[in-house]
Amino acid sequence: MSRAASLPVIYSAQSVIGMSDFSEELKGPVTDDEQVETSVLSGAGMHFPWLQTYIETVAIGGKRKKDFAQTTSACLSFIQEALLKHQWQQAAEYMHSYFQTLEDSDSYKRQAAPEIIWKLGSEILFYHPKSNVETFNTFADRMKNIGIMNYLKISLQHALYLLHHGMLEDAKRKLSEAETWRHGEKTSSREILINLIQAYKGLLQYYTWSKKKRELSKLDKDDYAYSAVAQDVFNHSWKTSVNISALIKMPGVWDPFVKSYVEMLEFYGDRDGAQEVLTNYAYDEKFPSNPNAHIYLYNFLKRQKAPRSKLISVLKILYQIVPSHKLMLEFHTLLRKSEKEEHHKLGLEVLFGVLDFAGCTKNITAWKYLAKYVKKTLMGNHLVWVQEEWKSRKNWWPSFHFSYFWAKSDWKEDTALACEKAFVAGLLLGKGCRYFRYILKQDHQILGKKIKRMKRSVKKYSIVNPRL
Amino acid sequence: MDLEEAEEFKERCTQCEAVSWGLTDEGKYYCTSCHNVTERSKEVINSDIIPNAQIKALNRGLKRKNNSEKGWDWYVCEGFQHILYQQAEALKNLGVGPELKNDVLHNFWKRYLQKSKQAYCKNPVYTTGRKPTVLEDNLSHSDWASEPELPSDVNSPFLESGMESQSDVHTRKSLRISKALQSETSVCSGSLDGVEYSQRKEKGLVKMTVPQTLAFCYLSLLWQREAITLSDLLRFVEEDHIPYINAFQHFPEQMKLYGRDRGIFGTESWPNYDDIYKKTIEVATFLDLPRFPDITEDCYLHPNILCMKYLMEVNLPDEMHSLTCHVVKMTGMGEADFLTFDPIAKVAKTVKYDVQAVAVIVVVLKLLFLLDDNLEWSLSNLAEKHNEKNKKDKPWFNFRKWYQIMKKAFDEKKQNWEEARAKYLWKSEKPLYYSYVDKPVAYKKREMVVNLQKQFSTLVDSTPTAGKKSPSSFQFNWTEEDTERTCFHGHSLQGVLKEKGQSLLTKNSLYWLSTQKFCRCYCTHVTTYEESNYSLSYQFILNLFSFLLRIKASLLHEEVSLVEKELFKKKYSVTKKKSKSKKRRR
Repeated sequence: MSRAASLPVIYSAQSVIGMSDFSEELKGPVTDDEQVETSVLSGAGMHFPWLQTYIETVAIGGKRKKDFAQTTSACLSFIQEALLKHQWQQAAEYMHSYFQTLEDSDSYKRQAAPEIIWKLGSEILFYHPKSNVETFNTFADRMKNIGIMNYLKISLQHALYLLHHGMLEDAKRKLSEAETWRHGEKTSSREILINLIQAYKGLLQYYTWSKKKRELSKLDKDDYAYSAVAQDVFNHSWKTSVNISALIKMPGVWDPFVKSYVEMLEFYGDRDGAQEVLTNYAYDEKFPSNPNAHIYLYNFLKRQKAPRSKLISVLKILYQIVPSHKLMLEFHTLLRKSEKEEHHKLGLEVLFGVLDFAGCTKNITAWKYLAKYVKKTLMGNHLVWVQEEWKSRKNWWPSFHFSYFWAKSDWKEDTALACEKAFVAGLLLGKGCRYFRYILKQDHQILGKKIKRMKRSVKKYSIVNPRL
Repeated sequence: MDLEEAEEFKERCTQCEAVSWGLTDEGKYYCTSCHNVTERSKEVINSDIIPNAQIKALNRGLKRKNNSEKGWDWYVCEGFQHILYQQAEALKNLGVGPELKNDVLHNFWKRYLQKSKQAYCKNPVYTTGRKPTVLEDNLSHSDWASEPELPSDVNSPFLESGMESQSDVHTRKSLRISKALQSETSVCSGSLDGVEYSQRKEKGLVKMTVPQTLAFCYLSLLWQREAITLSDLLRFVEEDHIPYINAFQHFPEQMKLYGRDRGIFGTESWPNYDDIYKKTIEVATFLDLPRFPDITEDCYLHPNILCMKYLMEVNLPDEMHSLTCHVVKMTGMGEADFLTFDPIAKVAKTVKYDVQAVAVIVVVLKLLFLLDDNLEWSLSNLAEKHNEKNKKDKPWFNFRKWYQIMKKAFDEKKQNWEEARAKYLWKSEKPLYYSYVDKPVAYKKREMVVNLQKQFSTLVDSTPTAGKKSPSSFQFNWTEEDTERTCFHGHSLQGVLKEKGQSLLTKNSLYWLSTQKFCRCYCTHVTTYEESNYSLSYQFILNLFSFLLRIKASLLHEEVSLVEKELFKKKYSVTKKKSKSKKRRR
């Protein structure tokens, strides 16, 4: 039941200029801080807000919290409130006072301050009407140099800000600056950041490359400019590949990077390379489960005209992650065409699976496929398969798909859909089913014949009344 | 000694060994024969802040290499003296009589230095190991009240006048010796005795702290019977009218603070009423002060006058004053013996004048309106009806209307207060750091913060937020002209009183006690205030008043219980009946 209620997870490729993600990220950790401050997580997962204050007083020897700590934390909540209400002016006013946490005598808080200030401050400067790119630049440059912990992160976000304002060249420069920045020990977290910075640089190069490519496609081969542009296109590619390839070897979700990298590899005919990248991205267990990885691989293989069995094996994994994905209908077709019997059975499963989801209930293709395929399966003497699928659904599909209400509204909206559904309903629930009966009663001239045929098939094949 | 007495610089030039000095424009010494300019300067730059005596005393008494980077040699108690000096100046600017600074506070401080064995005694703590031969108790000396400024008491107050006695030489000598000892050990403070000071622990000793300075101020105010209550004083501190937070930043440039001084002079909290109150008693007992001047009916601190003031402040009818006076009389709280602070009495205690006056008002409100979330509203209905009918008469006081207006005003005030607190800038222009190594880091941080603040202040609306509020003992302002905010001062209590023969009775004949039982023992645990156990009106009134005084509501509740204890003394001792009627006369 719950499966039906939850919509399929939609994984959209991260936009290249992820400013919206950026600002969300800004809000996230700050509220986390707040939570840490006010509550203690006990073993049982319960929150005791009072316990934290108690512990705090114990920790400082029974003394009450200093007013400095009190007012700055009040200041922080005022800033958050102002941000929430989009009162940038007020937020800036409080921010003016909040800077003093950089001088907090509590070293733990002092160290945490630059990051909080950066997040809040950049958010304010992003939206504040009096703010401009210069203000933001000054702020970012200042914050970068308070402690070395945040240099790379801030540089990257700074570059994203510039991108958002269409300042590609400046963004590229910031990224290059960050890339060559060396300070102190190289830690693993910093390495990831450097890779990310390089990859973003690569992405920017890709952007230029693809623009050039488009220009190239517009040009005539005999055009005198052609060779120059072509040369340019080629020059760009190797730089980009170096920049991106390091990142996508590390576990993570790198959709936009992978996509553009593969596009370039394909463009230069390095199919094996592209396939390796995609296979690695989809199958390496260290990577988080990512439907897009399988979609990219499937689309690539399809372009490469790979054998059916290979395509099936890719989609099988996608089926396990996102059974409601629109590619599932394609998957079904592949399975149907396959010679193996187990694939035929799976084809049925897939169709039922798709229709379990609320978002797919009006997908006429899915219903058409199901109607046809159930009939075919029953005709092929595989009643057990259908019964097996139906067993877990017979409790809720009738009210979920085949209620009287749906019959009426489906008929009103889309008679073709209603017919397909009625057919399935008849096959699964028998001719007594309300949905089926309702559609049957409707006297439709064009569909009359079809309905008659349907009635006959239902009589003959319905699983409710198996012919023995 | 001769060299020092001559007011001139008589050291040999490091370049040419000559002793012939001139003064440059910047006040630095230069050698007239080889034109070598020294780092030394004629040290009278800040003479307006600190009297010459101290500088000279330090300079001459402790003639050691004083590189300008390290600053002057100074003692912790000099730092506190400086803060007290600033605070006394600020009080003077608030309109307090000049005697407070020149006589009272000065003497308290001298007495403190003596009692804590830091000066004016035979055996100052600084002379570890060596004892000076003579140093008579100076308290009886003629300079007791004649000093115009606070001099450097540590080294001896009359160096300035040139009448150096043998004893001073001795003190100074011993100081010099102890200083020599310390300069090797006390690397971790800007002051000479910072480390020693923070380690000093003796039984019965009251050590100076920054909050303690306010105890001194309050004691002097109390001695002078000035029209400033403790809550006023603390509010002025919070509003920055009296130096307290970062008071050290006004120390002369050459008094460097770091390391241990940070813990001694740095403050990151506003003073707390109860804390300062306790400290006041502690200091007064330590100083062994005699009974303070009597608080009589014409003193500001007398409950009758304070009640009037607070009635005006919270917009209650003037007519209530006669009732408060009555309660004060019945409880005996208006007696001079009750009100006057006597530190040498068996149990030294002083009255929390402001809290007590407010508690009396709360009791009177309870007498009139019961405050049980019921009677006050039905009385309001009566008043409303009456006022509608008789528009020309003096209106009856309507509790509901008062509540609505006060609630709004109070909420606004509190909101502003919270916002202002959240915006408070705690850090001084002079950052405090742990050691010399940290200094550049601390200064760099400071600069960064200042730059960031500058940048963000351009984003703030150009209209500057109303500058520093001018100090006032009133926080609310009610005038007849303001139509938005009704002023209830002139409203009558007729609606809640009834005549019976010659006397007036309250219409309400019930009363409930804020506390049923008191602890038998002498512990301070009088009562606990669990907000939700009380009526909403009572909560509101406690919150309103405790906000005005910047104290916790529970503290006021406690005081209300104490007033009730006095008022219903008999009932407390005879029966424990909850409610009783009360007859009162006007």
